[in-house]
Amino acid sequence: MNTIPMEYYLLISAFMFSVGVTGVLIRRNAIVVFMCIELMLNSANLALVTFSSFLGDPAGQVFVFFVMTVAAAEAAVGLAIIIAIFRNKLTVNIDEINIFKW
Amino acid sequence: MILEYILFAILGLVAVVTSVAMITRPSPVMSAIFLVLNFFALAGLYLLLNAQFIAVVQVIVYAGAIMVLFLFVLMLLNTDSEHAILKEKRKLKFIGIFIAVLVFIQIGYIVFYSAPSDSVTKEIAESINAGKIETIGTELYTTYVLPFLASGFLLLGATIGAIVLAMKKFE
Repeated sequence: MNTIPMEYYLLISAFMFSVGVTGVLIRRNAIVVFMCIELMLNSANLALVTFSSFLGDPAGQVFVFFVMTVAAAEAAVGLAIIIAIFRNKLTVNIDEINIFKW
Repeated sequence: MILEYILFAILGLVAVVTSVAMITRPSPVMSAIFLVLNFFALAGLYLLLNAQFIAVVQVIVYAGAIMVLFLFVLMLLNTDSEHAILKEKRKLKFIGIFIAVLVFIQIGYIVFYSAPSDSVTKEIAESINAGKIETIGTELYTTYVLPFLASGFLLLGATIGAIVLAMKKFE
């Protein structure tokens, strides 16, 4: 089996996930927030591939394939929504998109 | 054996550094470039984990297709750089970083406390077999054929939705 322990891969995955959370919470540009969500999806993929490889079970990698499909669909629809918002408000700064805030 | 460790150290370091650089660069274009680098490092880690198919798909779909879409939208919208990421609303943003650190500690605690290495198989042949495109294709078209078809419909719906949302209204 791999000589590198499983925990190292999982720690990289955990670190990337927390960096993604930080990015979503501190960045104000909607597109960068969206990229941070992609980063979090990728860290989950890394954890899935790690478990799949260490257990010798292809199911985890099939799930990664589905996650990638959903990420592609999400990126297409999300960016279309951002373009629609930009057309209406002429900004993608999420501090200025605040009609639901009270 | 030693080469595996060196490769893991380099790729892991690149993945960690580029992810941090991505959220600290003020320019969204630089963020996108660092995210592409991060995806390449991840593809390398997938290769170390004997997942060849996923590594190739990672480069083609994520680094190739999704990030090009992001860069095109960045070019269309021409957004400003965020020079004061931590300057304005300091208190709220430090609470945000604190929450992220808590998340990291939580996941790290679970990883070490549950000791997942104790219950894994030690056969490298099984791991290599699991990453083969033949094995994944067989699983995809037998056990997971319904989710596979559903993901096709999902992509169709997403395409139509994206066109409808981004379409210019002609009066």
